Amino acid sequence: MPRVTTLKEDPPESLQRQELGSAVVRFAGDSGDGMQFIGSQFTQSTALCGNDLATFPDFPAEIRAPAGTTFGVSAFQINFGATVIKTSGDDCDMVVAMNPAALKVVLPELKLAGLILVDSGTFTERNLHKAHYDTNPLEDGSLTPYRLIELDISAMTLEAVKEFGLGKKEALRCKNMWTLGLVYWMYDRDRQVTIDWLNVKFTNLPDLAAANIAALNAGHAFGETAEIPDGVHGFSIGKADIAPGEYRTVTGAEALSWGLVAGAKLAGLKMTFCSYPITPASSLLHTLCNLMDYDVVTFQAEDEIAAVCTAIGASYAGSLGITSSSGPGIALKAEAIGLAISAELPLIVVNSQRAGPSTGMPTKTEQSDLHQAVFGRNADSPLVVVASRSPSDCFDVAIEAVRLSVKYMTPAILLTDGYIGNAAEPWLIPDFESFESFPVEFRTDPEGYQPFLRDEKTLARPWATPGTPGLEHRIGGLEKDFDTGHISYDSANHQRMTEIRVAKINGIADDIPLQTVEEGDDKGEMAVVGWGSTFGPINRAVSALRDEGGKVSHIHIRHIWPLPKNLGDLLEGFDQVLVPELNKGQLSTVLRSQYLTDAQTLSKVSGQPFKISEIEAAIRDRLEK
Amino acid sequence: MNVVTPLKKLTPADFATDQEVRWCPGCGDYAILKAMQRTLVDIGATKENTVFISGIGCAARFPYYMATYGFHTIHGRAPSVGTGIKLANPDLDVWVITGDGDALSIGGNHLLHVLRRNVNLQVLLFNNEIYGLTKGQYSPTSRAGTRSPSTPLGSIENPVSAAALALGAGARFVARSVDTMQKHLPVIFKRAHDHNGTSFVEIFQNCIVYNDEVFAEFTAKNVADDAEIILEHGQPLIFGKQKNRGLRVRSGFIELEAVTIGEDGMTEEDILIHDETNRALAGMLALLEPPSMPVAIGVLYCDPGSSYEDGVKDHMDEALKHSSGHDINALLRRGHTWTITG
Repeated sequence: MPRVTTLKEDPPESLQRQELGSAVVRFAGDSGDGMQFIGSQFTQSTALCGNDLATFPDFPAEIRAPAGTTFGVSAFQINFGATVIKTSGDDCDMVVAMNPAALKVVLPELKLAGLILVDSGTFTERNLHKAHYDTNPLEDGSLTPYRLIELDISAMTLEAVKEFGLGKKEALRCKNMWTLGLVYWMYDRDRQVTIDWLNVKFTNLPDLAAANIAALNAGHAFGETAEIPDGVHGFSIGKADIAPGEYRTVTGAEALSWGLVAGAKLAGLKMTFCSYPITPASSLLHTLCNLMDYDVVTFQAEDEIAAVCTAIGASYAGSLGITSSSGPGIALKAEAIGLAISAELPLIVVNSQRAGPSTGMPTKTEQSDLHQAVFGRNADSPLVVVASRSPSDCFDVAIEAVRLSVKYMTPAILLTDGYIGNAAEPWLIPDFESFESFPVEFRTDPEGYQPFLRDEKTLARPWATPGTPGLEHRIGGLEKDFDTGHISYDSANHQRMTEIRVAKINGIADDIPLQTVEEGDDKGEMAVVGWGSTFGPINRAVSALRDEGGKVSHIHIRHIWPLPKNLGDLLEGFDQVLVPELNKGQLSTVLRSQYLTDAQTLSKVSGQPFKISEIEAAIRDRLEK
Repeated sequence: MNVVTPLKKLTPADFATDQEVRWCPGCGDYAILKAMQRTLVDIGATKENTVFISGIGCAARFPYYMATYGFHTIHGRAPSVGTGIKLANPDLDVWVITGDGDALSIGGNHLLHVLRRNVNLQVLLFNNEIYGLTKGQYSPTSRAGTRSPSTPLGSIENPVSAAALALGAGARFVARSVDTMQKHLPVIFKRAHDHNGTSFVEIFQNCIVYNDEVFAEFTAKNVADDAEIILEHGQPLIFGKQKNRGLRVRSGFIELEAVTIGEDGMTEEDILIHDETNRALAGMLALLEPPSMPVAIGVLYCDPGSSYEDGVKDHMDEALKHSSGHDINALLRRGHTWTITG
């Protein structure tokens, strides 16, 4: 009997998924189109696939700008891959445009020959006009440098959900799910995480859950069965080589909130978080007000000044007072921060920086409040400034801010920015037990107590809270006598108090880690020095140049004030110092003044993060000179 | 080893600090300070659980002279600092000391909101209708026409009524007294202390240097009986040297009028009874002004409701029922997580 072997045939090469190392996809639509939502769903699913990733939500300040306008376009970008991902990506491999305005806005971000997925159902004369297109780009040949997937997603969504009897407007709201379904198919992602989420979200509206799931499935099925224009047969991306352990995705706002809660716990304090709503800082308040079961008291104040003053009152009474805002709000808090410096009370001030000056661009990122943090108060008023570099880094930086603030009885400003706050990345969840605690010891002994007698080593005054018998005392913003803490207008005393306030903060340099080099050697032709959210693009750019043999290193500063005590010596080991910053040169000014080093600025203030290529080009340019 | 000292009854002197008082000789603040030290003895206050918070101005020096906890903060912000103290430790007894500029000008917003929230603390507003510490400029309570270094031709602004503003902000305890009323002040302070929620007390305080005798038209000994009405809950609104003047609602109008008992057929039965829980009455009393009407002194309004801290505590207690024992590791693992195996 002849043996029959049936070979399982591979599909023809033309129908196989194309293997990619990584991909950058940008979803764009009207603010009401649910782009942030499908972006975050795609992020979850991608993380579960084992890819590394970084995201960049980019949305307008308007909550619901007029539909179809370019200024109402909301976008979400994700960079994911089988390799380590450190930025949300430079140019996009694929853009999804839910209407003509979205296409107009995202097209400049697309690589040549990149993929465009558009909902052709929205390319009506009216919408084209609103997006200021004179001719239909789908027809006038202007998109020929790209690969266009033109589908009437609107019509197909209506068809997919018609059995649920939704009104047309409601039915069309499922468009984003249809689109997500198709993009899931294109990149071989699992839909289950989204289906689970929809079932929970719409527990009480089962029809709406079912309609959304039907749209999601229809989009996915379309990818599987229909022939997608332009010969696209989907992509596959291998798993990234990721350290073993338990992971989650985390945004900067979440990690920062949890870091503050963790810091308070390590200090043995309750926390009182006082804030006034402001973009992009409000997400901290939203996260923390749901953590009452962690003994977190949140307070929405009537204004920025009330927020910081309430936090100061809480610290005075023995809680960890925290306030949070963005640049314009921090400006309003400046006088009160000075009070906390003078009264020498712990206080955490979080600044989620945004583009300025004044109201500026509330939803766009910038790093232009470094000078405000370090110098932005009347008189000689030093305090601690730390900066987080990425969403997950916010957790560690928050704990560090709390540690320094309570140990040295000083306000600490934590700089993050709109980009870090909203962006998400996978996070190897740390074991909280591995963090060293730093329990606060309140003063209780009346023997020899004076409110401003200092610890010899830290120069911090004792923390004595109301309610403690025998330690009744009066403090305030007036200058205090060095020994007794009573009001003093004595000139020599003021000199002495000013000196010791400065010495206390400078001395913290002995209690923070020495500056390390992130990438490269501790000597070379160029140090690229960064702080905050520029970490990813700087690191990628330096790695790329080192691969070519460039003698360039990446140094990233967490402790902005005081600076690590070896930083000056470290910089001396390099011929050039380049500081890429999303401002006009604020860290470089500080480095120049502190170390007399010829630090050069690479400045970008467009409201967008650096691209790797921009930093790479700047380094290359200077190395070749 | 802990030393146990027997409890001894405190005296007003125990609440005084060793700091030299630096108000101008003859300043009304001295009398208020004295009344407060007396009050703390009367209410059985402890030094350690009592906190005085102030902003900026002459009145704001007050905490330095009280041997309790004290925090001299920044201009206008004392209600916010006080709110933070109560959020962190609701058991503390917090007194906010402020002035007309501090509370009604630079800090107007915080006064509005502390009253609205009903934080359980006392706000004592020393109203002298002038900026003293900055040398005599007109203040938000200065009457129109007040000549000052910044208004050489007289102020053209209308003054704000502190008590009416407090009522408008939703205050549930509004009272008034006068710096020279040494028997009345401790009574009002005690009432303010006993009230759960924000207690607002306006004290007419004489600035001997920049605004001397600005309240004399109703506080001077020879006119006070006729120009002030001392409010007592449940008692008829009667005033006057002869105790024959009274307030009643003018027939056909929503306003008060002063009448004389024994004239035009008026009897004591025609006089309105003071009801301090009546907000509308309090509003009318707050706006009475000389010379046609007497100035209302005493508790204008007292209608307790739950305080802000009560609300916070309710929410916290509810949340803590579902607490995982503050397990940070559990917090970090809320929501979706996944495991990568090596």
